[in-house]
Amino acid sequence: MVLSGLNSLLTFNQYVLNAYYGQDMALLKALEELHRLSREDFQRIPELAINPLGDRIINAFFPEGEDQVNFRGFMRTLAHFRPIEDNEKSKDVNGPEPLNSRSNKLHFAFRLYDLDKDDKISRDELLQVLRMMVGVNISDEQLGSIADRTIQEADQDGDSAISFTEFVKVLEKVDVEQKMSIRFLH
Amino acid sequence: MLPATLPLLGMPLPGAGAGVADGASGESVLPPAGLALLRWQWHEVEAPYLVAVWILVASLAKIVFHLSRKVTSVVPESCLLILLGLVLGGIVLAVAKKAEYQLEPGTFFLFLLPPIVLDSGYFMPSRLFFDNLGAILTYAVVGTLWNSFTTGAALWGVQQAGLMAPTVQAGLLDFLLFGSLISAVDPVAVLAVFEEVHVNETLFIIVFGESLLNDAVTVVLYKVYNSFVEMGSANVQATDYVKGVASLFVVSLGGAAVGLVFAFLLALTTRFTKRVRIIEPLLVFLLAYAAYLTAEMASLSAILAVTMCGVGCKKYVEANISHKSRTAVKYTMKTLASCAETVIFMLLGISAVDSSKWAWDTGLVLGTLFFILLFRALGVVLQTWVLNQFRLVPLDKIDQVVMSYGGLRGAVAFALVILLDKTKVPAKDYFVATTIVVVFFTVIVQGLTIKPLVKWLKVKRSDHHKPTLNQELHEHTFDHILAAVEDVVGHHGYHYWRDRWEQFDKKYLSQLLMRRSAYRIRDQIWDVYYKLNIRDAISFVDQGGHILSSAGLTLPSMPSRNSTAETSVTNLLRESGSGACLDLQVIDTVRSGRDREDAIMHHLLSGGLYKPRRRYKASCSRHFISEDAQARQDKEVFQQNMKRRLESFKSTKHNVCLSKSKLRLRKAGRKKDGSADKDTPNGKPHRASNLPDTAAVILAVESEEESDSSDTEKEDDEGIVFVARATNEVFQEHKVPGSVEVCPSPRIIPPSPTCAEKELPWKSGQGDLAVYVSSETTKIVPVDMQTGWNQSISSLESLASPPCAQAALRAARPLACAPPRANELRDPLANELRDPLAALVTPSPEPHAGFTFNPSLAKAGRSRSESSADAPEQPELQPLMAPEGRGCPSPGTANARWLIQFNRSGRL
Repeated sequence: MVLSGLNSLLTFNQYVLNAYYGQDMALLKALEELHRLSREDFQRIPELAINPLGDRIINAFFPEGEDQVNFRGFMRTLAHFRPIEDNEKSKDVNGPEPLNSRSNKLHFAFRLYDLDKDDKISRDELLQVLRMMVGVNISDEQLGSIADRTIQEADQDGDSAISFTEFVKVLEKVDVEQKMSIRFLH
Repeated sequence: MLPATLPLLGMPLPGAGAGVADGASGESVLPPAGLALLRWQWHEVEAPYLVAVWILVASLAKIVFHLSRKVTSVVPESCLLILLGLVLGGIVLAVAKKAEYQLEPGTFFLFLLPPIVLDSGYFMPSRLFFDNLGAILTYAVVGTLWNSFTTGAALWGVQQAGLMAPTVQAGLLDFLLFGSLISAVDPVAVLAVFEEVHVNETLFIIVFGESLLNDAVTVVLYKVYNSFVEMGSANVQATDYVKGVASLFVVSLGGAAVGLVFAFLLALTTRFTKRVRIIEPLLVFLLAYAAYLTAEMASLSAILAVTMCGVGCKKYVEANISHKSRTAVKYTMKTLASCAETVIFMLLGISAVDSSKWAWDTGLVLGTLFFILLFRALGVVLQTWVLNQFRLVPLDKIDQVVMSYGGLRGAVAFALVILLDKTKVPAKDYFVATTIVVVFFTVIVQGLTIKPLVKWLKVKRSDHHKPTLNQELHEHTFDHILAAVEDVVGHHGYHYWRDRWEQFDKKYLSQLLMRRSAYRIRDQIWDVYYKLNIRDAISFVDQGGHILSSAGLTLPSMPSRNSTAETSVTNLLRESGSGACLDLQVIDTVRSGRDREDAIMHHLLSGGLYKPRRRYKASCSRHFISEDAQARQDKEVFQQNMKRRLESFKSTKHNVCLSKSKLRLRKAGRKKDGSADKDTPNGKPHRASNLPDTAAVILAVESEEESDSSDTEKEDDEGIVFVARATNEVFQEHKVPGSVEVCPSPRIIPPSPTCAEKELPWKSGQGDLAVYVSSETTKIVPVDMQTGWNQSISSLESLASPPCAQAALRAARPLACAPPRANELRDPLANELRDPLAALVTPSPEPHAGFTFNPSLAKAGRSRSESSADAPEQPELQPLMAPEGRGCPSPGTANARWLIQFNRSGRL
């Protein structure tokens, strides 16, 4: 559970998660005030450094324009990955959509692509992600054709970009609830 | 040599070895009675012959079963095969008075089982398998242990309660032994039944994975109990129990290790087969089989070894071996597995007939049936409850029902029970009978009912969808996200370790085990992209003229009106890598590389060569030809020819001339042909635009193209009359508003005498030629004789202005003939092959309007004509050469030649 290079972030996480699950509100509050995480905290995680999408995922933890995240924000992001419980499926008809709904999970992924936040994945944005995920041995040309085809596949309104609606549509057959969920601490 | 190999051939042939020996000795004893003209040597071929015959019978039976769709959709094939086996066994018994050809354990374990296991291991959807590995292992290990203990103990209890005949002499150990062999879910049976019941992939992989992995447990339990029984229960000491437990780990982990070692060897070997591609498939089979035999030799779990070998090596092997070898491996594996499966079920049926091995005890049989069902269900429910505490997606009640009910027993149990030593296990006959009943019950009754059950319970079915680039990409993203989130949280879960493994694999394993060239381009996203493209190209070719666009991709040179054919891609199989195709036995319909190469060759040949002459009368039937393909081909050939002609036009400009009025008529027809051909490129964008009446767009496009073509014509035309160009323009103008879209009107016109004329030599093979000649004729017009001039003018006019009925009729007839003919003769592949290629080169993002289409089209056409640089001479010569070679079949040819000469001089 704990890596050799245990850093403040990991410790912190254990604290907050334990506190969270222990419903210890006072501790939570205190921790929240006490600890704010900066980007450096995240970047110190060795595994994240080699994750092709590491930087973007780190960014996803930070609210717009800020470079610190408090506990609540941290948990909000993590909440996207909570599995959907059976009893949640039925009740979420009314009331605000929970963070771990299918659409929110998808939106989290979508935002990783959509850097300029125009609710569209343009060809360039896609290309960037592809470049990060695909090995260096694939030429730009090939990558470009992949990007083109990917967009073509998804594009329905002919704007040469993937909107969120199209994104959802493309993944409708994928079990997102399962593939974007982690079973934390059980 | 032969006697030595016979036992290896693995068919249960009691008399075979002896027979050969007899034959040999007989030969040596008797003096040769002169040279025999014909010798009957049944004994020498008996064993392999019978093997072949049995397999043949099984295969034929399969064919017969599948003749009726109704039967096979209700009754699983395995049931039918067992029943067939029963019938055949009955016949053999009646004829030979003794039961022959049984399912011998040796044959089964050494020859019949490995192909099936290898097939299922190799084509195992590995991601799915490892995603569910926890559940699979639980069911396989805990479940099997539970089943065997409880079943054995309960049966012993039944016996103690006096519900069994006293002749069943068995102690607790015997019952535990029996429980161990009867409790294991059988991979062959599960595969045979579940592949016809398309349950969702998670459910399938759990049941199927369990049936594969529980082999280790079964083997251990069986061996341990067997040795206990042989030792006698009194002699069993505490250390033996410890050893028994330890052997569980040794056998399972050892088996897996053997498999992985051989997988490593296999991957490494295939890395160096670049120059000897032909043995690649062989290597796969040999090393996998070696893994099986090695494990068997060391009495480890052989099934586990082959499974791990298949799962482990696939990624690297597939990357290393050639495409052809991949296809060969796939098909051979599927064929062998299906063959083995067929034979197994048939032999099971046959074996059941032999009543000498039977000893029926109702209490034992019913008790066993009841307990295996009961404890299976109980075990599943208990384990699932525990597992659901940890599973991301819990298995619901319906899943549990299917899992309980899907616990089929099969040939493994039967082979194991046959292997029992009767001297040590006195109740063997009873066990055999019970096993047969259990196997038959599970395979036939449960196999028959599981499909309706699945339907009735509304079990989530598997939906086979082709992998799309988006899915692949985004699922990768998901994986990365989850791994990153686990990193952030410091929670080292499944995703963390998967990520670790992938890093390790990428850094070391793949580099070691993959060819450098393969390693470089190895990327899953790229793979999917590549496969999709290949698939498009293949399907394009396969569909012969039927164009498709896959997944919204508009191939540059195809009319998008056909993009409704998008769904046709779904028929195509996908490579098993990316998508989880759960039917392990289904052979993906990805066309072999061979097919593609053939197509390319075909295309090259038909593109580069002129077709042998044909009679056109017959081919004038224009009713069957799809107009789209035709139009496209016409267009393409036209473009090609235009390009060629640009180079060699001047020299051959005047070579075609026809004699007399009849010929002239044909000439007009040709002109028509040509104009039709010329027309089609314009007509095509129209179609491509996919709008019913976008006259404006079309016109624009056409004018563009028109000017283009007229420019080119002008270039080489120089001193020649412009009638041709003018006609073209007029022509197009006329045609466009009309229904060029599909060019239906001309074709409706019945064949005319001109068709016959088409037989004339210079029309010989191809539409190309027609195009060719026609464009020449137009140019020749002014220098031709007066009648010819009139003729052509009138025909041109008729084209331009439909009201001129008489001329139109005349002109229309040839036109009617030409396109179908062209279509029939020309290689349909020519177009299609080019299209996917063009698509590969320039996958263009949007569905093109007609306009954008043209550049790429033109480009494709150009590159094509360039590639066949040697071709241009040929067509030009054809009209001149043809009459000579032809031996002058028609009265007009001589004149024609004369006229050509005349024309030349006239021109000059």
